[in-house]
Amino acid sequence: MAKELWKGNEAIAEAAIRAGCDCFFGYPITPQSEVPEYMSVHLPKAGGVFVQSESEVAAINMVYGAAGAGMRAMTSSSSPGISLKQEGITYLAASELPCVIVNVMRGGPGLGTIQPGQGDYFQATRGGGNGDYRTVVLAPSNVQETVDFVQEAFDIADQYRSPVLVLADGLIGQMMEPIEWRAVPKRQLPPKDWAASGRKGRDHTNVINSLFLNPEECDALNQRLTLKYAEIEKNEVRWDTASCEDAEVLITAYGTPARIALTALDALREEGIRAGLFRPMTLWPFPEKALRDLASESHVKVILDVEMSSTGQMLDDVRLAVGGKKPIRYLGRAGGLIPTVEEMIESAKTALKEAQ
Amino acid sequence: MAAAEICTHRLSIVTGHYGTGKTEFAVNLALSLAAGEAQVMLADLDIVNPYFRSRERRQLLEEAGIRLVSTSQTCADADVPAIPAELLAILEDRAVRGVLDIGGDPAGARVLARFQPKIVREDYQLIYVLNANRPEVRTPETAVRYLRAIEETTGLACSALVNNTHLCGETTEAEILKGAALAGAVFRETGIPVLCHMAEERFLPGLKKLREPVFPITIRMKKPWE
Repeated sequence: MAKELWKGNEAIAEAAIRAGCDCFFGYPITPQSEVPEYMSVHLPKAGGVFVQSESEVAAINMVYGAAGAGMRAMTSSSSPGISLKQEGITYLAASELPCVIVNVMRGGPGLGTIQPGQGDYFQATRGGGNGDYRTVVLAPSNVQETVDFVQEAFDIADQYRSPVLVLADGLIGQMMEPIEWRAVPKRQLPPKDWAASGRKGRDHTNVINSLFLNPEECDALNQRLTLKYAEIEKNEVRWDTASCEDAEVLITAYGTPARIALTALDALREEGIRAGLFRPMTLWPFPEKALRDLASESHVKVILDVEMSSTGQMLDDVRLAVGGKKPIRYLGRAGGLIPTVEEMIESAKTALKEAQ
Repeated sequence: MAAAEICTHRLSIVTGHYGTGKTEFAVNLALSLAAGEAQVMLADLDIVNPYFRSRERRQLLEEAGIRLVSTSQTCADADVPAIPAELLAILEDRAVRGVLDIGGDPAGARVLARFQPKIVREDYQLIYVLNANRPEVRTPETAVRYLRAIEETTGLACSALVNNTHLCGETTEAEILKGAALAGAVFRETGIPVLCHMAEERFLPGLKKLREPVFPITIRMKKPWE
């Protein structure tokens, strides 16, 4: 199929429609407003339902209702808006409802800036809501991967009856890139026989709920979720590498900084510095073993984590994976700024010098 | 062909569907006009996009002697739909060659409506940028629909088409020619002539057979890794 030029946010919306999204509930916020804007025009034409809710809180609870009735439901927002949805997300996880949530991250904390950011890594991977739950977090690095991930997210959500988060940043949402529409891998999806969509001759009533007055029942839910998360960790972890075979300095990055790192790698290698990139494509489950194995290779002297975050958030997972075996340095830009190719090159050189 | 020979009107108003490459055209046009010693002002009137706006190239433009007009510097990264008062300098000072970079779609073009009475008294050209790789304007029918909607919103008549069909770093000569065919079809439908085709220098040899001028551009709206 011929390539087309799409803006990231529009492509997210179109990808969801192609994946059979039945309902979209959302509220505008820069830099993701083109998602609801596109949905408002095109989802009804495809037979779906678009609702601009009165708030982000309302949107996520509408997702709860629609997902509970067996619909393919979705919401999207940007950082502060995603914060508002956290209560709804833990309810969705507890009620084991499949849904897709897209976060086109901007700089924070607080209202922050409308320019891109990656400061929501902790919120996405640790759960911003209460209780013991996980959400699958897919982290695309370009528009093509974003449309592939959004389509797949609906299948992953249905397979595991779990919310799936697609974590993009403002630059991915706002930029134009050529993409092609391609089929995502087919999965065996279980029937939604749990949905509260009418009794339909069943001998019991399906109930969607996250409140348990009996602690044993709540413990049973937690045990079931634990098994489910172990299954997801086994099956769904993804990562990508570039020029890692002989890398002495290993850059870890996801999303836009990973894209920038690819340019930095070439420049470093031209100067005779063997640089490689390890890029998690799922942030939860984090590709812990793959990174540990790579970091253990004798050619790796130092690791440089790069994020659009001031303190470093994925940095914690990198540290856990590396387990103190190699020195780790950090380069971060926050507040809407993006690490430059030059900054990455300089940091990689400094990190390597310090390690030697 | 140099911009001054292609864009002969005092005011060049650049419109089109989202993501067709209006800003790339506007920035290249302003730089090219400024190289020809004209006193050039560029107005970034994009109130619908938060990123990739011509104000991000302030330094480049100012170094070329171009006066950039946009929302105040303190709000440069905000999505405040405010129109700079200095816009009037472009509209009223007839010694100035003005390039107006307008946000996408009729929604973005709405900023022009209140200035319509002033604009129609000037020597202006409303330019509609086409990109055959943008799914919502890839057919003559949909491209014309957006064009007419922009005219309706602004109260201004479009008198020039610009073919900017590309695929970012994956652009080929064939893509540009595909866009030329679309531009030709829109011309046949509307009678609005094709002003030029935009192309990086490296494509110029392969585009000699095009009837309309080719405006050689340098990509200015780069991504952080480019």
